[in-house]
Amino acid sequence: VNWFPAGEPSLEAYLLVASILFVIGTVGVLVRRNALIMFMSIELMLNAANLAFVAFARYLDALDGQVFVFFVMVVAAAEVAIGLALIVNLFRARETVYVDEVDTLRG
Amino acid sequence: MGWFFLLFAALAIFGALMLVVQKNPIVSALYLVVSFASLAGLFVLLHAPFLAAVQVIVYAGAIMVLFLFVIMLLNLRYDVDDGMAHVARRMFGWLLGIVLFALGWVILRRPTALGPTGTESPEAVAGAGNTQVLAERLFTDYLFPFELTSLVLLVAILGAVVLAMRRTARNEEEIEEAP
Repeated sequence: VNWFPAGEPSLEAYLLVASILFVIGTVGVLVRRNALIMFMSIELMLNAANLAFVAFARYLDALDGQVFVFFVMVVAAAEVAIGLALIVNLFRARETVYVDEVDTLRG
Repeated sequence: MGWFFLLFAALAIFGALMLVVQKNPIVSALYLVVSFASLAGLFVLLHAPFLAAVQVIVYAGAIMVLFLFVIMLLNLRYDVDDGMAHVARRMFGWLLGIVLFALGWVILRRPTALGPTGTESPEAVAGAGNTQVLAERLFTDYLFPFELTSLVLLVAILGAVVLAMRRTARNEEEIEEAP
């Protein structure tokens, strides 16, 4: 793969960055036990997908990808509001945000 | 152009790595801001200035401020290592990440051709401006999804209010009165 044809990065270069960011986000969800950091890793994965969308929009000469990124951002904002409210409620109920310590089903 | 790409890509990946590695949640959140800001730089390189601005305002601004508020509100301690179970989980997680990345790498290295291209090349869009063309698409072809997002935001507002109101004084009285 020619990563830099004529000085400008190729689509593959952007996709490589997006895949690296997505994998780091996945690892963050798997490795960390802090619910907040896991949540931030999910945001990172959404952003990696956004980068792939914008890169395809650029190299396919169509703005649909950018419109989708706009929608992803709206959903992410809504998701953050709900998710953080859930985490705050979890902390109020259990005094912890560590997912390992929240392992019983009976509330 | 190529150097800017390498700079922003390296910064984005560095910020993401530090987010996962750092023990202090606030430092993690600040590194995520670094990552989001460099992604905005990549959006500029991809001729998407409107999305770059929205990325900085919504992600690096609003969403990360929410995260920082919650971290400070909860007064979190540093993460503590708890011996073998944690080490095993960490090794397993990174191993799985490497496998996932190798899978993506194999797919990426296969020779592929782009499908049919559209008419909105950066040069064609430059006349009216990216923001205007994007808005035209948003309010014509994507009008229905755009209206649906208002519903998503409404549900999010209601959900956040319900979740936040769960433990008000009046509510707790009701809970105590119940048998």
